[in-house]
Amino acid sequence: MTRRWLRHLRLIDPESGRDWQGDIAISEGRIVGLGEVPTDFVADEEIDGSGLVACPAFIETQFQAHTPGHGRNGDLESELRAAAAGGFGTVVLDPTCAPIADQPGVICEQQMAATTLGLLRVHSAAALTRELRGAQLSEMEALLRAGATVFSQGQRPVADSRILRLALSYAADLGRTVFLWPEDDSLAAGGVMDEGPLSLRLGLPGRPQAAEDIGVERDLRVAALAGARVHFPSLSSAQALTRVAAARRAGQAVSAGVSLHHLLLSTADIGHFNPHGKLLPPLRSQENREALGRALGDGSVQCLSVQHQPWGREEEGQTFVQAPFGIAAAEWTLPLALRLVDAGWIDLLTLLRLLTTGPAAVLGLPAPRLALDTPADICLFDPEAECIPTLQSFSRGRNHPYAGWPLRGQLRYLFVAGRLVHCSSPA
Amino acid sequence: MLNIAVASSSAAKGESLLDTVDNLLAMQVDGFILRHPEAGAAHLLARHLGEHAWVVNAGDGQHAHPTQALLDVFTLRRLAGPISERVVVILGDVLHSRVARALIHALSILGCPQIRVVGPRTLVPPELHSLGVHVWHELEPALAGANVVYALRMQRERMDAQRLPSLEEYHRRYGLTAARLRLAAPDAVVLHPGPMNRGVEISAEVADGPQAHILDQVTHGLALRMAVLARLAGGGA
Repeated sequence: MTRRWLRHLRLIDPESGRDWQGDIAISEGRIVGLGEVPTDFVADEEIDGSGLVACPAFIETQFQAHTPGHGRNGDLESELRAAAAGGFGTVVLDPTCAPIADQPGVICEQQMAATTLGLLRVHSAAALTRELRGAQLSEMEALLRAGATVFSQGQRPVADSRILRLALSYAADLGRTVFLWPEDDSLAAGGVMDEGPLSLRLGLPGRPQAAEDIGVERDLRVAALAGARVHFPSLSSAQALTRVAAARRAGQAVSAGVSLHHLLLSTADIGHFNPHGKLLPPLRSQENREALGRALGDGSVQCLSVQHQPWGREEEGQTFVQAPFGIAAAEWTLPLALRLVDAGWIDLLTLLRLLTTGPAAVLGLPAPRLALDTPADICLFDPEAECIPTLQSFSRGRNHPYAGWPLRGQLRYLFVAGRLVHCSSPA
Repeated sequence: MLNIAVASSSAAKGESLLDTVDNLLAMQVDGFILRHPEAGAAHLLARHLGEHAWVVNAGDGQHAHPTQALLDVFTLRRLAGPISERVVVILGDVLHSRVARALIHALSILGCPQIRVVGPRTLVPPELHSLGVHVWHELEPALAGANVVYALRMQRERMDAQRLPSLEEYHRRYGLTAARLRLAAPDAVVLHPGPMNRGVEISAEVADGPQAHILDQVTHGLALRMAVLARLAGGGA
């Protein structure tokens, strides 16, 4: 394996909060020198990291790679390359694939495909209920044996509270986190955007924010009954987030994720029927977006997500109602996330925590660290270089609203277990 | 002039809207008049076509119906005088009505001093005030001093969706009857976009009475739409 010497870096370790200058030496996939690298270290390759920040590779909790699937909307390779370009060393595949990840065979297929590719660390979220319908429990133990890391409902709430209680109780015995999608199904039914002034103006059916607030309240109470550890991967309502934070402070095993999109966009970005602003949960009001941003700094949010959902060319050219939900912007994660720092909501260290140690804790994985004798999952980025997203990318999905945004931050190198999986020259 | 009905066109075979349009464009079509069940369809088309052809939105879902609004304000200016001095009541299912949305925009642009929307909360939610209108849930007080009463068609689907208990109850609470119309200004003008449900949103007595100008709307609609087409496809005269 290539022995690498990464030199003259600004090192940030989110776990310890350390921020210092130094080098990294990588050998056999692990960090063997940090800060001052022993002068007798012999490298096959040296990289001059002047002006670059080094930190642990990011972790994504909800990643759609349509694997297994038909490939038109992207496959594991295209989407993992996009994730790598965004700084992710680890992703969790969403159970919403075709077929849905409710059978051990699907989990095995995902894990085998990931091993064959050898790009990133890939975890599988197995369906909590069969076909995510919320009617029957999936064979959770078999799914874990096949290699799943967590259970998830994808983007489907469990409408029946009794089934939810039973599924969470059963999962609690197995000791894994359950991702829930909190929404009152009947109140949200048929809505394609946030219910509010813009949906009224455009004549589009809305999903009221209250549907999410009710979903969170119910899910929290049922999870407490069942004694399960739950995670809400993408909250859009600031009120719901406050409620989750209060439950967490009171000792409940619960965590909250927020997507970058809900922090960077609002209903106003839908404008006149822009389908790239069509998302679940829906983009909310500007006031709500600002409240979410402020909550980032007070510890209410445990992890950030780019909630990658690629859709290929066949899905383009549809009306807003017909267009699928979701944004594919994984490869712009770093510059998009740095906007949160520029907005004054959080500092760089907190941002990196929300992308590394935060999601690791949610998933029950060891905390990623810049430390001696830990796996060399590292990204190097230039925080100041200009970056303007385009629609051409590694991902097969062209559905994102960020093209042309003037951003800063370029991901320059990504190492996973010491292997170089992404590299881009300065623009 | 080509008339393409979706049910008998390639759309029924799975062709997308934009592919259909591109095929028609390849036949040297100059423009499109599109009525579509989904909001934003005309915008999608216009963005796709750019400078290659013109698009008239002939109604998109519950979003807009601009030529209806034009003919409505034309009718009002002819029969009810300056819009900037008239109080307009829009009665019925505003929430699901592209006609109402388009009319509200047109009236606002022309400086209408007060637009009142009236109906049960299930069809006229208070949040509609964000469109710049006054929201009422009782008809009688809303009619006081009104110069124009615009009754919207009540669709049977709304009952199936449990937004109304029955059309009979709707008529009792919100039907425009002669007695109620007397609460409005004496010379108030009654309009309706058609087709009417007599005995539901409007009584036959009002519909056939001297204050109703529903057939004038139809006449004006023809002229107005001819004007729109002349403007777009008039050969540069």
